[in-house]
Amino acid sequence: MSDVAISVENLSKAFKIAHEGNARGGYRTLRDDLIGLPRRLLMRLGRSGPPRSETFWALNDVSFEVKRGEVAGVIGRNGAGKSTLLKILNRITEPTSGTAEIYGRIGALLEVGTGFHPELTGRENVFMNGAILGMSRAEIRRKFDEIVSFAEVEKFLDTPVKRYSSGMYVRLAFAIAAHLDPEILLIDEVLVVGDTEFQKKCLGKMEDVATKEGRTVIFVSHNLGAIAQLCSNTIWLDAGVIRVAGKSSSVVTQYLTADARRGEIAWPHGTANRHVDEFKLFAIRIRNAEGRVTSVLENTKPFSVEIDYAIAKPLWNLRVGFSLMTSTGFCVFETYDADHPEFRSSRAPGRYTARCQIPGQLLSPGTYIISVNAGMPNNKNLCAPGNVLVLDVEETSVRGSMPARGGIIQPNLSWKQETHHVRETSLAH
Amino acid sequence: MQIALAFQSSKPLALRERYLKIAPLSTESPIVTTVAEVPATPIRTQARQQKPTFRIRPTKGWAALNIGELWKYRDLLWILVERDIKLIYKQTALGIIWVVLQPLIAAVIFAVIFGRVAKLPSDGAPYLLFVFCGLTVWTYFSQALQRAGNSLVRSSHLISKVYFPRLLIPLANTLGALVDFVVVLMVLFVLMAIYGVPFTFRLAAIPGFLILMAFTATGVALLFSALSVKYRDCTYALPYFVQVWMYASPVVYPISMVPAKWQPLFALNPAVGLIEGFRWAVLGRGALEGSILSLTIIVSLLALFIGAFFFRRAERGFADII
Repeated sequence: MSDVAISVENLSKAFKIAHEGNARGGYRTLRDDLIGLPRRLLMRLGRSGPPRSETFWALNDVSFEVKRGEVAGVIGRNGAGKSTLLKILNRITEPTSGTAEIYGRIGALLEVGTGFHPELTGRENVFMNGAILGMSRAEIRRKFDEIVSFAEVEKFLDTPVKRYSSGMYVRLAFAIAAHLDPEILLIDEVLVVGDTEFQKKCLGKMEDVATKEGRTVIFVSHNLGAIAQLCSNTIWLDAGVIRVAGKSSSVVTQYLTADARRGEIAWPHGTANRHVDEFKLFAIRIRNAEGRVTSVLENTKPFSVEIDYAIAKPLWNLRVGFSLMTSTGFCVFETYDADHPEFRSSRAPGRYTARCQIPGQLLSPGTYIISVNAGMPNNKNLCAPGNVLVLDVEETSVRGSMPARGGIIQPNLSWKQETHHVRETSLAH
Repeated sequence: MQIALAFQSSKPLALRERYLKIAPLSTESPIVTTVAEVPATPIRTQARQQKPTFRIRPTKGWAALNIGELWKYRDLLWILVERDIKLIYKQTALGIIWVVLQPLIAAVIFAVIFGRVAKLPSDGAPYLLFVFCGLTVWTYFSQALQRAGNSLVRSSHLISKVYFPRLLIPLANTLGALVDFVVVLMVLFVLMAIYGVPFTFRLAAIPGFLILMAFTATGVALLFSALSVKYRDCTYALPYFVQVWMYASPVVYPISMVPAKWQPLFALNPAVGLIEGFRWAVLGRGALEGSILSLTIIVSLLALFIGAFFFRRAERGFADII
């Protein structure tokens, strides 16, 4: 049965951004509309004057098809239209134009624990949440034990969920959604929550759902590693249009390397997140062992990553660092200057260059991506990931004709050999 | 898990072009003996021939009520009702007693102010019982309206994250308020016993009034809840609206106080017929004119339909503006 589960044709969604000095967080009041009425009527009649609102296309002419049983990924920056796409497919919001045809029962997990009520017990919330997700009471009753044991909350079934730990809460919520029996499952970024152990369980469950049970899954995530691992095909949305669609590994690689420059990337006027004025990133670069700026490195030699930044006021608990990822988005490691005790206290205003040395004989040959970020943990993100550099690690060791080794890293670890004096050389008893 | 690559380029018409290419092929096939006129729909892939479970596209104007879907989600409706009942008086010391206290306290206050001080007539019934009768109906209206009126705004996290018929949210609230109504009704029966009012066959009419009452309240609540998504003003205006509506209804005074020539106009307010009818059923006094009753039935049905259709029309924008 290799037919289509979702067929999307020229789907677009526009939002109007008002320019009427409506700075009140976007809520319309009756007064605004009444006062604006004569003007709107005049504008309609005369079609004169500049438009008062701007149209923002969250999705613009998107077409694709997902086959039954396929796990499709959707990636893209924040605001690229990923969530809008899921919301349209899930009928939460309507498209402005275009159509989407859904073949089969659809279930969505756009947020963990939607509809959970803190005052209700775990048991009551299972029924509540299950029903909201579209299950009937009988269906929930049938799957109840399975849900509870998957979530590992048997003991707390009759406790209000407001007393649950956040881990339990998330586990229960995911368990309900995972046992929802849709033919098509839409999942948005839920795996970023919960502990690693449970994340693995969720990924496993998703794989089960998709492969063994032959369901269709659309998975939206920033976790490129999970996308590459779970999804056969991936769509890369960029500013509301499909930039690339195809095999996940290739799309992820293109996504990661598209905006990356080689060797060095500099912002003469500095860059930072929106609404951040205390921090500015000026440049990031890679230097090889000889101190030359480059992106091609030898696997035997160390190299360093430099981050030029400035801060405008004393910042407490600031950390600047980067994550190093494989070209498929798997994070090899994350490192921050604040890992070092001497950089952990308050930092005075000024311009800095942070330099991190990465030893030779650590990375396997291949393409890697460095994504710089800065922030105050648990408080404020100053500079979001997305400022990426690509580096190629070339094989230069003298292993010669030895076959390539597996593994993301190839550290040169120390080995010792102790020779024991054994009387009997035979290993057999 | 080898699955065929299925993504299309975002070029418009890419899909259609492909299907059109398939169409002529099948007419050349040797199995087809007669070359029929061009088929009305191009022959499509297997998936095309099967009907989509649903089709998402922009809609405009009035939408059908889609009762079938509401029925499919009936379990959710009951669970929502159940949740609201469980939650509404949770963490209050008196719990369900509040349901009883609210109209009782109001009845006592009204009995003192309007019965004793203002000496309003009560068609010969004890004023307290008279006003409690009206309040039984009115408490339902005000509870249903106030709970359902801002129910959508309170449920914004649901509306922006899951799909289900949005009608269920205000509906669950107006249904939940019926439970309160039944409790208050019990108190009314106790009061009847205390005042020695006989229980007659007329009480059998109460379920009928109940349905009309629920229709009216639901219709108005749907209107208010849908409006309050766009205009938060409605949330603030609602309590005053309820209060004004109460004084425009014969809660503290009998309909006989209204001049006869204004009565048809007065009866356009469905609460008039409902309260008077209710008093007729309980006290066995007062007038229940056929003309007023039929007007009430028409208006309450109208309220329900207008509310529901307005809601369905406004509904599609909820997730974007809530």
